[in-house]
Amino acid sequence: MTIDLSVQNVTKRFEEFIAVDNVSFEVPEGNFFSILGPSGCGKTTLLRMIAGFTEPSSGAIEIRKENMVGRPPNKRPVNLIFQHLALFPMMTVGQNIAFGLQRRGEKKEAVKTKVQAILERVGLPGFGNKNIDQLSGGQQQRVAIARSLVMDPTVLLLDEPLGALDLKLREQMKVELKKLQAQVGTTFVYITHDQSEALVMSDHVAVMNAGRFEQIDTPQNLYSDPQTAFVAQFVGENNAWSGRVVQTVDDVVQIEVEAGQTFRVRPRQAVSQGSQIGLFLRPEAVLIQPDPGLSELNRFEVIVKAILFDGANSRLLVNPLQSDREILIALPQNRQYDHIRVDDRIEVGWDIESGICFNSGS
Amino acid sequence: MKRGIRWAFVIFITPVLLWLFLLIVLPHIDLLIMSFRIEDDVGNSTWSVSNYLNFFNEPIYWLTFTRTAVYSILVTSLTFIVALPVAFFITKVVDVRYQGFLTMLLLLPFWVSELVRVYGWMILLRESGVINHFLLKTGLLRQPIEMLYNDVTMVMGLVYTSMLFMVVPLISVLDSLDDSLIEAAYDLGANMGSILVKIIIPHSMPGIVSGSIVVFMLTLGNYLTPNLMGGKNSLWFTEQIYNQFIASFNWNQGSAFGFLLLLLSSLVIWAGLKLTGQKLSKVVK
Repeated sequence: MTIDLSVQNVTKRFEEFIAVDNVSFEVPEGNFFSILGPSGCGKTTLLRMIAGFTEPSSGAIEIRKENMVGRPPNKRPVNLIFQHLALFPMMTVGQNIAFGLQRRGEKKEAVKTKVQAILERVGLPGFGNKNIDQLSGGQQQRVAIARSLVMDPTVLLLDEPLGALDLKLREQMKVELKKLQAQVGTTFVYITHDQSEALVMSDHVAVMNAGRFEQIDTPQNLYSDPQTAFVAQFVGENNAWSGRVVQTVDDVVQIEVEAGQTFRVRPRQAVSQGSQIGLFLRPEAVLIQPDPGLSELNRFEVIVKAILFDGANSRLLVNPLQSDREILIALPQNRQYDHIRVDDRIEVGWDIESGICFNSGS
Repeated sequence: MKRGIRWAFVIFITPVLLWLFLLIVLPHIDLLIMSFRIEDDVGNSTWSVSNYLNFFNEPIYWLTFTRTAVYSILVTSLTFIVALPVAFFITKVVDVRYQGFLTMLLLLPFWVSELVRVYGWMILLRESGVINHFLLKTGLLRQPIEMLYNDVTMVMGLVYTSMLFMVVPLISVLDSLDDSLIEAAYDLGANMGSILVKIIIPHSMPGIVSGSIVVFMLTLGNYLTPNLMGGKNSLWFTEQIYNQFIASFNWNQGSAFGFLLLLLSSLVIWAGLKLTGQKLSKVVK
């Protein structure tokens, strides 16, 4: 498998501030690679360095084994889809798409056929003569994608292009973008702060925080097996506790979380007795009124504070007895739990395998 | 309620209409009438088109006229060429914090009257002026040279006078140009030249046209700068009008010239709008 994009030890400093801190990753050909991080984590700076608008302070960026550092954006085999699309309002859809091809000096006839072919590919046949302001948000999105894809870039960079769309359209474009990428087979590097976008579309996701990559993995692994506390908290929802290891029996540790409650956990990484740890638990890992026959559960009673109905994503907000702590529990919509009301007292439990803990360091 | 609004409207519109009618429309009608009348030796005035015929029969008149038009177009183009990089620098290159300061610097010379600024240039450029003094001191020149009273100096003076009226509209249109459009074009393989031609100029067109209209009109109707900085051969058409009114005391001929100049400026602006495909209503916004 050829590596389309290789970023090696790239660092970007703005005077005192380090925006991107020693980041390395490789993207194989045809991969949909996402960089997921909160705003201000340096992901846009990283993308702009790949596109060529900013030069890294140190490190190397290679595309198909060719070093890109020092090469201006118009000479790089990458194209960028901007956050606000940056379609040229003074040109028609067709002229927008033809712009790059014409700059490359392609023949008139070739440009015409390519523009028509790409418009059909993105589902906008016959839109060539329309003005940009005649298009809807979703259609503009597609024109922006077509304008970059028609250049046949080695790597297509996308800077949160779905951010401006409304929810329904965003869900739709997510699926469409994924399908389109599979069809054309171009390598996509996609940056976003929306974890759902990253998880749904990507083959691999890098989670970025404060200029560093926390973890690069498949979406499944990122969700089920986060390597750092930041990833556990940022990707998907989690109930978080901080606590102290009070006892270790075989490979099971007992953790005292605040409010005097203790949980038993089989940790995936070694934790030493007495150390401070962060404990994370997915809402769907908590069982409501678990079967009494199940052993190895942390069972405790809670008071239902609110029922947050959201279709398949419905949850219960509960407080453990004698505690203000809020815990989110997934509420399966199979009508089995319809009897639960606010202020009910119910028993919940979670498997000692489901808790994820990390040393807090301090 | 409705009546009240109508009264307010009348109160506010009246001074404007009065100003337009008394100071613009009425004098122009008077001038128009005057331009079609001639006086014989005895002092009786009769209707005639000979004032306009004089213009075509006397080469000096229509030559000055064409010269003025051509030079005005030249000055407008030069002003645009000088102003675009300045406006681009202020809006896109410089840190936002200095934008206001730089615009202020640009405005500052215009607080001084045009007359004073032209005299400033004359002090710099004349035979015994500042520049000649330094060139002689450094030994670059043996003999002082006269830099005033030629077409080049006059055009330079006119460009300097009109700069602001081009830069300000350009700054406002360039301000509204999204930086990411320039970056997108750069990303798609465009170089500086094609970004300028394909993105910046089409986007700035309304500003360019409105700036050009103002600069063209001001230059065409300028009297001071061509008179003071231009030489004997740099006759401007406004000077012809002045001569008719003041020197020859031939008001009829002068008003005919005035109307020809009005016609010319309207014609050139109409042609400019047609050529660039802009609408006047859009440009004056």
